[in-house]
Amino acid sequence: MDPSDWSGEGFVANPFCISLAMILTNLKNLVRTWFLVELVRGLGVTSRYLFRRKITVQYPEEKIPKSPRFRGLHALRRYPNGEERCIACKLCEAVCPALAITIESEVRDDDTRRTTRYDIDLFKCVYCGFCEEACPVDSIVLTDIHEFHFEQREGHIITKNDLLDIGDRYEAKIAADRQADAAYR
Amino acid sequence: MSKIKLTIDDKLVEAESGSMVIQAADSVGIYIPRFCYHEKLSIAANCRMCLVEVEKAVKPLPACATPVTDGMVVKTSSQIAIEAQKGTMEFLLINHPLDCPVCDQGGECPLQDQALGYGDGVSRFNEAKRVVNNPDIGALIQTEMTRCIHCTRCVRFGQEVAGLMEFGAIGRGEDMKITTFMEASIDSEVSGNVIDLCPVGALTSKPYRFSARSWEMSNQGLVSPHDCLGSNMIAQSVAGEVKRVLPGHNEEVNECWLSDRDRFSYEAVNSDDRLVQPLIRRGDRMEEATWKDALTQAAAILKETINKTGGQSIGALCTPTATLEEFYLLQKLMRGVGSSNIDHRLRQQDFRDDAVAPLFPGSQIAVSDIPRASSALLVGCNLRKELPLVAIRVRQMVQNGGSVASLNPLRYDANFAISHEYVVEPNRMASTLAGIVVRMAEIGNCDAPFEITSLVNTTSDQDAINAIAQLLLRDPNSAFVMLGQVAVNDPTASSLRAMASWLATSFGVRVITLSDANSVAGWIAGCLPHREAGGKSADILGNNALEMSTGTLSGCVLYGLEPDLDYSAPGSLAETLTKAETVVSFSVFRSAVPPQADVALPLASFTENSGSYVNFEGRVQFSNAAVLPRGEARPGWKILRVLGNLLRLDGFDYVAVEDIAREIPIDSAVMLQNSSDLSYVGRAEGCGAVGDLEDSIFLRVCDVPLYSVDPTVRRAVSLQKTKDNIPTSVGLSPNRCEQLGFKPGHVATFRSLSGSVQLPIYPDARVLDNCAYIPAGRVETVSLGASQTVWLDLNS
Repeated sequence: MDPSDWSGEGFVANPFCISLAMILTNLKNLVRTWFLVELVRGLGVTSRYLFRRKITVQYPEEKIPKSPRFRGLHALRRYPNGEERCIACKLCEAVCPALAITIESEVRDDDTRRTTRYDIDLFKCVYCGFCEEACPVDSIVLTDIHEFHFEQREGHIITKNDLLDIGDRYEAKIAADRQADAAYR
Repeated sequence: MSKIKLTIDDKLVEAESGSMVIQAADSVGIYIPRFCYHEKLSIAANCRMCLVEVEKAVKPLPACATPVTDGMVVKTSSQIAIEAQKGTMEFLLINHPLDCPVCDQGGECPLQDQALGYGDGVSRFNEAKRVVNNPDIGALIQTEMTRCIHCTRCVRFGQEVAGLMEFGAIGRGEDMKITTFMEASIDSEVSGNVIDLCPVGALTSKPYRFSARSWEMSNQGLVSPHDCLGSNMIAQSVAGEVKRVLPGHNEEVNECWLSDRDRFSYEAVNSDDRLVQPLIRRGDRMEEATWKDALTQAAAILKETINKTGGQSIGALCTPTATLEEFYLLQKLMRGVGSSNIDHRLRQQDFRDDAVAPLFPGSQIAVSDIPRASSALLVGCNLRKELPLVAIRVRQMVQNGGSVASLNPLRYDANFAISHEYVVEPNRMASTLAGIVVRMAEIGNCDAPFEITSLVNTTSDQDAINAIAQLLLRDPNSAFVMLGQVAVNDPTASSLRAMASWLATSFGVRVITLSDANSVAGWIAGCLPHREAGGKSADILGNNALEMSTGTLSGCVLYGLEPDLDYSAPGSLAETLTKAETVVSFSVFRSAVPPQADVALPLASFTENSGSYVNFEGRVQFSNAAVLPRGEARPGWKILRVLGNLLRLDGFDYVAVEDIAREIPIDSAVMLQNSSDLSYVGRAEGCGAVGDLEDSIFLRVCDVPLYSVDPTVRRAVSLQKTKDNIPTSVGLSPNRCEQLGFKPGHVATFRSLSGSVQLPIYPDARVLDNCAYIPAGRVETVSLGASQTVWLDLNS
């Protein structure tokens, strides 16, 4: 736009034409400034929270409760008889928007479809939980574990064994979370 | 056929009278769901999925079995049609398991798709579901019969297309089962097609089982290198590994079918036996080397040999499965260094007609025209096993009323009716064909040339000869003579070819000469001792494949072949290689590198190599690499290009593979021309009468079994487990077995001029009394060489 157009009609058309409303507004602002009205109002908010119940959590000593739907670290679950649930259908791999899952599959000796490789790249994962939703056998789940780190550069890729291990260790919690959320699914 | 107008979904459609509603709908792109209907199979109308509403009809009609009528109004997605389809779907899903996540068909399953479209979310069926046992039907097809929806496509395929009723339905109603008789295995050479036909996951591929999902694979069109048909295929790969091969649809070549050999040979490409690093000989060992070292070494030793003994002292043998570009570059390289000893016809034994041969051994009739031919004579041709998909075309021809006669040294099994089967001893093939030709000349009132009449053997069965001659003359212009593998590799092949081409010129009978793999491209590219690229006569005549092993070569280039198994006289070739100073082996597989090799260069396999294939019709088809080569293997044309540079030859600066083919001049004038030169016919040796042979002497009937044709097929694990891959044995006629007192499996020693083998003997009803069937292309029979007669060692 041409800068000359900026001064349109009605916009400071005549500097000598000052309305009564303008005078009153300026006067009000002058009073507010001189009597520190805004400062007092701000201090009011501060003092209100000063005496309220504190919401700060002293993490990691203190922790807030988590929803059973919390989407944290992944795990692969097993059936109660110890058989891994995953059937290598690759639906999680297909649905993953970040292409974080890599699966290779084969025929196991007992003629079932099983994975030979199930890798999740934690750097790529966006923790959207689509994999869990896609899984027809509730094998891949997102646990409520959110405190994890790795010390090796390649540690961000967790393998099938790692995932099954996490599943084994937290099965009770995982099962309880699914149970709690079952009514809403 | 007259045209009829009808309305489908408010669209005016023109269809041929007699065609079905589903065909009319398909022709305008309106999709009607179907399971049992397939365009190449007969109409069964048993799945009821294609029910559509037809105006004035009292109930929904199956679109696949309702012929179109004039003014018909069809609604494929009206309330009535949709409800009918939903009802059908509910019934189909009563017994179908919901195991899509573990099913190999999942993701490409019409039932799954249509369940999504027409299926209910909830099943109202609370009774027990049906469970069916899975018969083990061989190494190629996995069964999961609980999933079967009884569309009978597989049954109809066997009955109508493959000509082998292997699948059948037993029981009825809910007890109906698709199974093989007595749970036998499926042995058809085109059995893999039922995997594609099965609309559910009841029949899936065993080698592919559970290894990938349909949606994650990338597709690449390929051309089959294993036979001279050049079937179109689609290679599907994940992460640089070919997971399976599907047929590419090409009505002119393979329709929508694929032979098992083409479908499952990819397994060899993924095998551990691949040569993945160049090798250089250091002392007794072959050691891994870099490309730079290996190529420099190869160039250096070749050059040294040439400098010492001259260009003509080196020779090159090339596998017929190479691409047009590889053939061309190899011959260009050899001719560049001054040698014209180059050949790809590794099993051929008769080269007398080289000078008068057409541009390539091909066909005067298109594959797609075969079903319309009226009569055919198959000479030395085991068509069903040689070219399974051409056999299907010939079967169509017989179904259309054509008649087929055969002249073979063995009673070959065919999947079509053979009206006159004439089985003769292998050394009487030429004389018998001469008899047929002379008889035809007599009937046609023309004089057969002396060369042919002189071959005639009066002891031949005149009735059979007469019948075959009559058959071919019924309508000579739509008759063809097909020369198969056994004929082409016969010691009298030239005579057979000459007689066939005389028939073509005198009576208009078409001739089809089948050759190994991509051999036609080898002819066009000039990978021959007597011809340069494009059919130009060579300035210097080189040694052909057979002469190369009998002569003395001081340097030898082996391109893609396994010298023991791909060559007609392996014994003498091994001797030549041992004597040669320099042996450079290009090989896809580690175990195919001969022990005499000085340098081994890893070749890319057919799935990793781009290049042209020319089929026996002369159809040039380009095949693109589907995946990157394994390890350090490289496409052959690139290796030859660099080797050409290192040998300081001109014209080896190609950038792309397409540049190479553009350079090959194809002289269409010599294309499929019939030669009228018959001078070499009469000179055939051993064409005369056969007296009674001694008890211990047998004429060897020899062919290369279906799954032994090239190094790749021989390493395809699943194919090797099929019944077509019979253990190597000697087949003697049941009469002779009884006479000699041999029980099946009796191990005896057979001798030939080049060596002896110990093999089990089985009675084989296909074999004549004085013949012995001993296959070639097998490790066990290597030492017999190309010998035509074998002696049975009775003391053994």
